[in-house]
Amino acid sequence: MQPIIDFITSPITIAYIVLIHVVFFALQGAAAVLVLAERKVAAFSQQRLGPYRVGWWGILQPIADIVKLLFKEELRPKAADFWLFYLAPVISATTAFAAFVVIPFGPPTDLFGLLPKPINLQGMDVNVAVLIVFAITSMGVYGIVLAGWASNSKYSLLGGLRSSAQMLSYELSYGLALASAIVLGNSLSLRTIVDAQQSTALGGVLPTGWFLWPAFLGFVIYMIAGVAETNRAPFDFPEAEQELVAGYHTEYSSMSFALFFLAEYINMVTVSAVATNLFLGGWHWPFPLAWGWGFGVLNWLLKVSFLLFFYIWMRWTLPRYRYDQLMTFGWKWLLPAAVVNVILVAAGVIYFS
Amino acid sequence: MELTLTHYLALSAVLFSIGTAGVFLRRNLITVLLSIEIMLNAVNLTFVAAGRHFGSVDGQVIVFFVMTVAAAEAAVGLALVISLFRHKESLSPDVFTSLKW
Amino acid sequence: MIPLETILFYLFGAATVASSLAVVTQRNPMHSVLFLIASFAALAGLYINLDSPFTAVTQIIVYAGAIMVLFLFVVMLLNAPREDVPSPYGPAYVTLTTGPRKAFALLSVVLLVELALAIRQFVSAQAPSGPLAAEHVSSVRQIGIAIFTTYSLAFEATSVLILVAMVGAVVLAKKKL
Repeated sequence: MQPIIDFITSPITIAYIVLIHVVFFALQGAAAVLVLAERKVAAFSQQRLGPYRVGWWGILQPIADIVKLLFKEELRPKAADFWLFYLAPVISATTAFAAFVVIPFGPPTDLFGLLPKPINLQGMDVNVAVLIVFAITSMGVYGIVLAGWASNSKYSLLGGLRSSAQMLSYELSYGLALASAIVLGNSLSLRTIVDAQQSTALGGVLPTGWFLWPAFLGFVIYMIAGVAETNRAPFDFPEAEQELVAGYHTEYSSMSFALFFLAEYINMVTVSAVATNLFLGGWHWPFPLAWGWGFGVLNWLLKVSFLLFFYIWMRWTLPRYRYDQLMTFGWKWLLPAAVVNVILVAAGVIYFS
Repeated sequence: MELTLTHYLALSAVLFSIGTAGVFLRRNLITVLLSIEIMLNAVNLTFVAAGRHFGSVDGQVIVFFVMTVAAAEAAVGLALVISLFRHKESLSPDVFTSLKW
Repeated sequence: MIPLETILFYLFGAATVASSLAVVTQRNPMHSVLFLIASFAALAGLYINLDSPFTAVTQIIVYAGAIMVLFLFVVMLLNAPREDVPSPYGPAYVTLTTGPRKAFALLSVVLLVELALAIRQFVSAQAPSGPLAAEHVSSVRQIGIAIFTTYSLAFEATSVLILVAMVGAVVLAKKKL
């Protein structure tokens, strides 16, 4: 009994528990900030101001949105299957959060000397981390399929089927782009891949170790497949307002809709976070780590924010793909490009070593 | 109590017989295919447990191939179910009796 | 103290058996598919208990993430009704416990008894039923080396098999060739 109590109350365990809570609540905060950021970026790219009444410069707008969603009435179509209808948003949100457990966001640190030995800034350090992210992302398809089916309505079913077919098609290119980064990093653990990208030139000014440079095509394929996986523009035909009412989440309201919304934004954050760790060097540039571990986390946050801005920018700039154009692009252009990319990267690794 | 290979083999045997019962008793083609998947998974568990017991990585390699074959078989089986359904509008094996003498 | 491995084995084992029983006894095929997905997740937990993280992750990606979605699509496409109501399409489905089907239930029990006897014989004849050997860590690297060198013929044959299955599934499910 005593060893168990010693284990539970040791500083390391408490630090990990606090870390997991921090990650969980930071993700929810990120989703809230993204709601505001999306509306502001959309407004500025359309030459208007966006939300600016609620709080200074619209900062409190997400809180207003959340309060509105909480107070709405929760509706369910009578003919909808009760269990599946309420299970679908739970699956979407759970897989979105679960994928973040294995993503590291900073160098190993001992929190200013509070801990006896350094902990990893990561939920769990496994040596198949990349595959776990891929596996949990592929489980996210179920939330959408079940939502489309359980709503028992034409728009939802069509939207759900199209959306899940799109996600499955782009998962292949997603996995192959991941494979090219794995080949370069020589490991499946995200921490090892990030640490392999730390070489710089000109005394820390130029990031030459990034896997972005040798695998540039892989990065482009990964971002395109990531955007298609999260059902964002220009690949958001299945949930477009003009075509399908709202696709698979037509019949949902209040908290269930909020869960789908949350899941979509957190999937965006996950794709950006994995892209940062695999291609953009994680926490290694621009501020050097010698200044402290906090600057490592700041580096990482800067890169993820840049990729999220890129996501939102793309949504309000590019027109939407039609569904058959989307599927043709995924199977006939992106998948062969991803295969060629893996072959070239593997050949390059063998040739230059 | 130490975990031995026998524990995993017993669990695998129970799963395999549940799958067999499903194949015999269910009158819906899709549930029969699902029970076949349960049987394949029981065999996968046996391979991985035996592989670890004998300290070889071959168990996991065989499981890799079994999974691939199961995927191919599920795809073709479901295509057959779809075309059968188009023919007779029913999913019960009792309806497809034209090969009986 | 009971080691963590044993607790996890019983936990995941019970979850697998319960989910598989639910698959076999549910009337609605959609619920059967969902319980099978739960069973696969519990099996992945068992694989992790056996120090095989690659097999566990591959199980989730391939089985729970792809094959089950295929099953789900087919169930939704065919609008498979519950099994004990008369189908709107044709003759009424026969229920689980009619006549000769009860004998089939006996066959599964016979199979289980036979398997138990076989295990007992294997254990007493061959290796001692000691704890699972844990000296060597099987990493993804070793699995990759084994697949691409020793078993490379099986690997290439599997790729041809997948191609054949893809073409076959598309041709079989077409309305007219």
